[in-house]
Amino acid sequence: MIDQFVIPLLKIVVVLNATLLGVTYMVLLERKVIAWAQSRLGPMRVGPYGILQPIADAVKLVIKEDITPVRADKWVFTAAPIISMVPALIVYAVIPFGPTIHLFGRPVSLYIADVNVGLLYIVSVASVGVYGIILAGYASNSKYPLLASLRASAQLISYEVAVTLTLVSVILMARSLSMVSIVNAQYNAGVWFAFVQPVAFVIFFIGGLAETNRAPFDLPEAEQELTGGFHTEYSGMRFALFFLAEYANMIVVSSVATTLFFGGWLRPFPNVAALHVLDVIPSWMWFLIKSFVFLYIFIWVRATLPRYRYDQLMRIGWKLLIPLAIANLVVTGIVKVLIA
Amino acid sequence: MLSDYIPIAIFVVVATGFAVFTLVFASLLHSEKYNKVKLEPYECGIEPITDARDRYSIRYYLVAMLFVIFDVETVFMFPWAVIFDKLLLFGLIEMVVFIFILVVGYYYAWQKGALEWA
Repeated sequence: MIDQFVIPLLKIVVVLNATLLGVTYMVLLERKVIAWAQSRLGPMRVGPYGILQPIADAVKLVIKEDITPVRADKWVFTAAPIISMVPALIVYAVIPFGPTIHLFGRPVSLYIADVNVGLLYIVSVASVGVYGIILAGYASNSKYPLLASLRASAQLISYEVAVTLTLVSVILMARSLSMVSIVNAQYNAGVWFAFVQPVAFVIFFIGGLAETNRAPFDLPEAEQELTGGFHTEYSGMRFALFFLAEYANMIVVSSVATTLFFGGWLRPFPNVAALHVLDVIPSWMWFLIKSFVFLYIFIWVRATLPRYRYDQLMRIGWKLLIPLAIANLVVTGIVKVLIA
Repeated sequence: MLSDYIPIAIFVVVATGFAVFTLVFASLLHSEKYNKVKLEPYECGIEPITDARDRYSIRYYLVAMLFVIFDVETVFMFPWAVIFDKLLLFGLIEMVVFIFILVVGYYYAWQKGALEWA
């Protein structure tokens, strides 16, 4: 009873809180980093160096007027942010933050669930988020949101094919779909998969940028053409849910990239006993450090690169990444047969 | 094991509950001063004349169809990749034949201009 319900519930509460805190401070970090990249200071007023800015933002969003346009489909209009938000959160159920450790004399695994189809679960749950975007644009019954939601969903599904194909080459290396087994496979191989599958990693990361609608692929939010993107008509807490979902998805992509390609909770050179000193940093800390690096790269890319045109975006997805991913898969298979 | 999915089921309930709770919580706190103009769809200050759900470019349908084809084929590769170490050369040849058929269709779509946007 305790093992089946209470402990998972506790873990879920911890992960949920950590995610929401991470999301709010991710927003502040983004504003700060972009400000520094542009020789500005960023938010400085709320608290010392603006560190209380996320709290002020949250309070503002809660007490803001929440408008439902007269022409909108009211129920779908409210359901869309929930449909966007829930998949972005429940993906964390299968992400391993660390191995099984001993806490208060009982073994506690630092993941919520280790299902044997973990990777498939992530792919399928992550694609449910597209429905939130489509429904938001459709329910708004306004021209800009509809156009933006069509663009966003076409973009998401185009890059999803390439990303899913790269996942197959990771499965070839790990021989398993379970996230914990994939990390253990990297421990046994003695090398992070990013170094054996560099092409797959690059495609995965580009696809991750596109699937989270981030610069340089932030076409759905191209404000010069589409005002505010698919959530133009949203305000108040319903807008906040979309916002949270978007940043939660960024953390998901970072965590999945860490798990699949950078050894998850493993320290660098996990098999070299001489580097034992690195174990002072606990395993979950390694996971957070690696994920943070990816989140920083997300912001860095946004501060550096200009936006693509829509036809360029589709050309990169369909004519470059997909053939490259297929070629990478076939080459991986051939090399595996030659080695065996 | 089905019991592996109990934590996920709990998570779905908690996450949905959280999303609904925040919406209800905010609806109790926020201010409400509506008027007719404020509730109009945003269209740069011009009164919207037609319904927004109009016809749109056929490209989006094409992309959706191509996605369904490619994604289903990719999902077929998941179980193949898991047991690849047992199949080796046999598995490789089988999958190369499968991917070859996929690539022929892909080439056809490319030549027909289904992947062009402009």
